[in-house]
Amino acid sequence: MRRHIDFYLASMRIAVLEQIQYRAQNYFYMIGMIAEPVIYLVVWSSVANQQGGSVGGYTAGSLAAYYIVWTLVRNMNIVFTPYGWEWRLQHGRLSAELLRPVHPIHYDVAYFAGWKVVVIVLWLPLAAVLALIFKPTLNPTWLQVLVFFLAIWGAYLLRTMFLSLLGMITFWTTRVGAIYELYFALELILSGRLVPMTLMPAWVQRVAVFLPFQWTFYFPINALVGKLGPQELLSGLGMQLLWILGGIGLVNIVWHYGIRRFSAVGN
Amino acid sequence: MKLLKLTWSYLRIGIANEMQYRVNFFLQLLQSLVALATGLIGLWLVFSQTTNLAGWSQPELLAVMGVYILMGGVIQAGIQPNMQRLMEEIQEGSLDFALTKPVDGQIIVSIREFRFWQLTDVLVGFVVLVIAGIQLERQVSLWQALAFITALLLGGAMIYSFWLMLTSTAFWLTRVGEMVNLFQGLYAAGRWPVTIYPDWLRLTLTFLVPVAFAVTLPAEALTNRLTPLTLLGALGLTIVLLVLARIVWRLGVRSYSGASA
Repeated sequence: MRRHIDFYLASMRIAVLEQIQYRAQNYFYMIGMIAEPVIYLVVWSSVANQQGGSVGGYTAGSLAAYYIVWTLVRNMNIVFTPYGWEWRLQHGRLSAELLRPVHPIHYDVAYFAGWKVVVIVLWLPLAAVLALIFKPTLNPTWLQVLVFFLAIWGAYLLRTMFLSLLGMITFWTTRVGAIYELYFALELILSGRLVPMTLMPAWVQRVAVFLPFQWTFYFPINALVGKLGPQELLSGLGMQLLWILGGIGLVNIVWHYGIRRFSAVGN
Repeated sequence: MKLLKLTWSYLRIGIANEMQYRVNFFLQLLQSLVALATGLIGLWLVFSQTTNLAGWSQPELLAVMGVYILMGGVIQAGIQPNMQRLMEEIQEGSLDFALTKPVDGQIIVSIREFRFWQLTDVLVGFVVLVIAGIQLERQVSLWQALAFITALLLGGAMIYSFWLMLTSTAFWLTRVGEMVNLFQGLYAAGRWPVTIYPDWLRLTLTFLVPVAFAVTLPAEALTNRLTPLTLLGALGLTIVLLVLARIVWRLGVRSYSGASA
């Protein structure tokens, strides 16, 4: 256990030091990413205004809050991509990582977690600018803030597990881009990334409850922006935990069978 | 004449290359269809709440989406691969090989790569446009068709110039891989007509980063919104951008010091 904690702290520190050097690149990336929620926000605020002020229970102000918080949650949801797994396996990079005394996924989790610290710091001024432009209405309780803080890290772990699972498909096939795109499209629609789930048809909302997606986007955002009671907030965190544990279990199983198929020469 | 022959040769090499991997056509088609489906769902969600968005009806917005997909295909097939290769070569210092060729440098870096299978998006976009046309129940006049094609060409030229300027910053900044993400983010704004954005954003997306304007313009031609004056203005803007891109490219090459060869 102690060994793992040391490993995590060291990897996170390296990530912070490394990424702080690439501030400009990190900013380019974030600015490119912010276009997406701004587009959704503009479209849906104009729908809300045409409907006499609100759509699906969201006013222009709360939509602004939703999509500004969205930008942080989206950043927290950036994890080691399945395309990274594809590259790692096709180029035989995994061989070197297998020689280490810890599972390679620990490194992914630790490195990206360290990076998140830099991302959050860089995000703050961006959020301030967005808030000045779009004037969000946001008045969360202290419990909501606390749950939100836990939920974004929960979302981070959850998405790491599921994207790793997706990436490990490369153990069996070589061209997986199309599968990934399909997954991302489903996620876009069922997670609350495209629109708050209440704007979706009722049956879609019912289906989404049984899938992991909405616990990575809709729940963390709504924990801060929505009007969830203490019970809903805590049970939400519980659902995240369940999905994370399930994800870890699945990753272990798939890894167990996948790694037997892995054969590569290289460094 | 020589340039046309050169472009044709590169095009043929690109196509021949991609013909080796025919399964990729189906994978690409699948990806195009997934992207189309998500786009349609987004559109449908908006219109399940309202009947028009800032004065645009559903079939009209479908036409915008068609142009968006079509233009995206052109970008992915012919513009972006060239720009990404240029970025890498500037960073690694191997641009010498292109610059020493006996043709203009800007032309050669702009025609070297061609991803044939990405043209599936052009096909999908065209089909969407036809469906939008049927839903609009309007005859497309000869003048409209001409204006549409002109607008499409102007839009393509605008996007090319903008991309070249973005890429040319690599001459000074060296590592600009993130620009691809930046460009794609900005291009995504073209999914909706620029007129729905607040003023400051609309002006930015028209004059500073004309990527969304490039998509709205042809869609306006199809939906009877394009005045000859706007088209003329777009022509002026395109020329300005082409000249600007040329200047930035020339300045960049001047400060380029390769270390390969």
